[in-house]
Amino acid sequence: MNPLDLLARLGRMALAALASIGRVALFAISTFTNMLRPPYYPREFALSLLQIGWLSLPVVALTAVFTGGALALQIYAGGARFNAEAVVPQIVAIGMVRELGPVLVGLMIAARVTSSIAAEIATMKVTEQIDALVTLSTNPMQYLVAPRVLAALVTVPVLVGIGDIIGIAGGYTVAVHNLDFNAAAYLKNTVDFLEPLDVISSLVKGAFFGTIAATMGCYYGMQSGRGAQGVGRATKSSVEAAAVLILATNFVLTGVFFSL
Amino acid sequence: MIKMDNVHKAFGDNRVLQGLNLEIPKGSSMVIIGGSGTGKSVALKCVLGLITPDSGEIFVDGKPAGAGDRDAFLARFGMLFQGGALFDSLPVWQNVAFRLLRGQLKRPVEEARAIAIEKLRRVGLKPDVADRLPAELSGGMQKRVGLARAIAAEPEIIFFDEPTTGLDPIMSGVINDLIREIVVEMGATAMTITHDMTSVRAIADNVAMLHDGVIKWTGPVAEMDDSGDPYLDQFIHGRAEGPIEAVR
Ligand SMILES: Nc1ncnc2c1ncn2[C@@H]1O[C@H](COP(=O)(O)OP(=O)(O)OP(=O)(O)O)[C@@H](O)[C@H]1O
Ligand SMILES: [Mg+2]
Repeated sequence: MNPLDLLARLGRMALAALASIGRVALFAISTFTNMLRPPYYPREFALSLLQIGWLSLPVVALTAVFTGGALALQIYAGGARFNAEAVVPQIVAIGMVRELGPVLVGLMIAARVTSSIAAEIATMKVTEQIDALVTLSTNPMQYLVAPRVLAALVTVPVLVGIGDIIGIAGGYTVAVHNLDFNAAAYLKNTVDFLEPLDVISSLVKGAFFGTIAATMGCYYGMQSGRGAQGVGRATKSSVEAAAVLILATNFVLTGVFFSL
Repeated sequence: MIKMDNVHKAFGDNRVLQGLNLEIPKGSSMVIIGGSGTGKSVALKCVLGLITPDSGEIFVDGKPAGAGDRDAFLARFGMLFQGGALFDSLPVWQNVAFRLLRGQLKRPVEEARAIAIEKLRRVGLKPDVADRLPAELSGGMQKRVGLARAIAAEPEIIFFDEPTTGLDPIMSGVINDLIREIVVEMGATAMTITHDMTSVRAIADNVAMLHDGVIKWTGPVAEMDDSGDPYLDQFIHGRAEGPIEAVR
């Protein structure tokens, strides 16, 4: 291939990538302006709270408890190499709260919520339900998108907080039952070690990840092509985009909170 | 009055509308006929702003369709979609009363429900379908729920995309009468797409035939039979031979 062709191709790809970042950014801005502007749809919001928050609890709890338990085992085994087994409570706490809690909950929400939002909205698009909403004087950005994104914005931090606590509880259970830690000392070490900023960073990450997960589901759903294939593609792309964006945002936020 | 002036619309290299001109006088019933895939549904969606034309202008009562308050503009319209487009997460009555449960036309829930049940009755559906979900209804029943939703808020301008497709002959008759009644009694302006020549004769004041992206023939329904237009003749008599190719 001619090197100029290659250059042109790379250029086109870069332009396409920039254009789609621009479209997502515009979509996100429009989502937030529509959130603030009446009419509001409290029923849709309540249903979204239920879907995104309450019904995600089991999967969040399971993810957190197993991760916390595994973390305790790993730190104990790793710490033993240089006689530092005692740091298990501290490292479990910091690992769960700062990184694993928000990231794993965020990814679980991407798997569970982003995919279902994208598939639902894409199906509505394909069956002309979105067009029907418009003709019934209802703005789909206000009726479909804003309630879902707002619900994710407020519930995912709560889910992350719950995930953090359950993760630490998982680590505690393994440490006390399998590794012979003293229960009271474990709890005291955990509480003493964690700082407010650890918890704040965890919840702020949750708010970002929730917003990203719901926004990507809505964006790809609204952009869906025609037919069953369009719905499939929208769902797949939304989860990919949400997962990657969550991990990238996590990196940036960790930098902002802990190394500036 | 609705006026479409030299409207063009292409999807990629599929040139669907290629200079569509059409006028629908206020309070009259226009029926659009034409082969499958010629762009009838696209033309309706252009008027509502669901599809943006590539060029050309559309006026409603002399004002450009895109300008001004969009909510107020859309509040004057009712639309029956070809596929029904019912909200599958809402029960039938909430679909029908959608406009009456939120926004500018909001009313008390009991009143909205009563109106929904009355509209369902007008399209030949019993009150007991009101609490079912759209997915539990047959295709023809879904179509009629879509029709009830389109007329629920008593709009001034109503678009029907194939209102009788998939209905039995008796029910088709009921729906044809209903559309005629809405135009005559409520003074609504109606634009109907149909392939059913019985419906055309029952509903239309005027007929327009869309072919190759333009209106090939338009005129009062009474003149349809001796138009002398070879395209229209072939279409209304359903002949395979003629200027319209059977494969397209
Ligand atoms: N959103 C869209 N994207 C791409 N192509 C489209 C879109 N909507 C319609 N088309 C194309 O435009 C053409 C006209 O479609 P339209 O639905 O208006 O046909 P129609 O006249 O209503 O046919 P039918 O009588 O079968 O309903 C078709 O070739 C269709 O593939
Ligand atoms: Mg059509």
